[in-house]
Amino acid sequence: MAGCPMYLKNVTTLTYDRERCSGCGMCATVCPHGVFSIQEKRAVAGERDACMECGACMVNCPESAIFVKAGVGCAAAVITVMLG
Amino acid sequence: MAPVVSTRLSASDHYTAWKARWGINRMGFSIAPGLYAIGAPTPASPVLVSANYILSFDALRSSCVGIDAWILVLDTKGVNVWCAAGKGAFGTEELITRICEAKLDQVVAHHKVIVPQLGAPGVAAHIVRRRTGFSVVYGPVRSRDIPVFLSKNMHADPHMRRVHFTLYDRLALVPMEITGAMSYFLLVAALFFILSGVHVWGYSAQMALVKGKYQLLMLANAFVCGAILGPLLLPFLPGRALSLKGFVLGLASAAGPVPYLYRAGLFGAVESVAWILMVPAASSFMLMNFTGATPYTSLSGVKKEMKYALPVQIGCAGAGVLLWLAARCI
Repeated sequence: MAGCPMYLKNVTTLTYDRERCSGCGMCATVCPHGVFSIQEKRAVAGERDACMECGACMVNCPESAIFVKAGVGCAAAVITVMLG
Repeated sequence: MAPVVSTRLSASDHYTAWKARWGINRMGFSIAPGLYAIGAPTPASPVLVSANYILSFDALRSSCVGIDAWILVLDTKGVNVWCAAGKGAFGTEELITRICEAKLDQVVAHHKVIVPQLGAPGVAAHIVRRRTGFSVVYGPVRSRDIPVFLSKNMHADPHMRRVHFTLYDRLALVPMEITGAMSYFLLVAALFFILSGVHVWGYSAQMALVKGKYQLLMLANAFVCGAILGPLLLPFLPGRALSLKGFVLGLASAAGPVPYLYRAGLFGAVESVAWILMVPAASSFMLMNFTGATPYTSLSGVKKEMKYALPVQIGCAGAGVLLWLAARCI
């Protein structure tokens, strides 16, 4: 089957400021889940629930137009942190 | 001169990959960072960046049959590209350092490095360009698409940019799930086996032998759900949270044998209820921990599902264990 199963709805910390976008397209290139696309020379955040918060778009945005609280979605790691 | 490596994987390379998949000597699979050559590269040949994890490096070089290229291996402490990028080891600073150390501007006449797309969480392309003069071109997600990517003048089709999680991808992860959970399974199995000889008058090794095997059957049920069936059936299990998928699978797998064992007089009523609680709890916990192996779960999502799932898992497992112990004393 194509793509990945969908994960939880409305949890991503992804925010995007369209005013800052220069339309370079880097976010659309690096997103492994196709969240961003370029329409009319600006980036558009489409299926935000597909975001896995890897941070690739934020790190590669030269205009700092994207923010996401990047992290690794791993329960075992969260438990390890919880246990100190 | 950069060492030349083959694009053909030997039997020993395949054996190493098999060991890595089973977690045998897992941290011992790094190669020396630096510049390598495949084929007979010239100053015009492309530069492909990789991690110093053997499976990453082998996947890359075996995808480049008939291609002349440079491979620049970053020091990611033996961790694959995506995981290392998430932690910053496959990162901007490391890439800049390796470009400078390899004197890449003297090796190639162009100013481009091809970085795997999944390295992007760690690499800021615009900073690399500003500091080294080299442009970062993001290559496809999968190394096997590199020949097509290169033939299309470094253009990746949309499907090459998407991460998938196919049955084969999930199957490749199963050995590591088995290896990771096996020591806990054996410990818990031994405990349940020994304790199944406890009864109200004392202890009977004979009873442990008779009853113990049915306890092991139920534990094996949970183990198979959490480590094998859960990962394989992932997209087809109901719900979005992995803990929910695991719970439903565990419940379904207990719903068959438990009533059967009860009717056959092998499980008492209390013991049956105990297993109906414990199997889903264990399966749910194991599949929740599979989030770290999937390529689509976010940290925010994992934290949210844990907030609901952990109390349920602990509650069901705790109540199940108490009922199971109580059943020994009735």
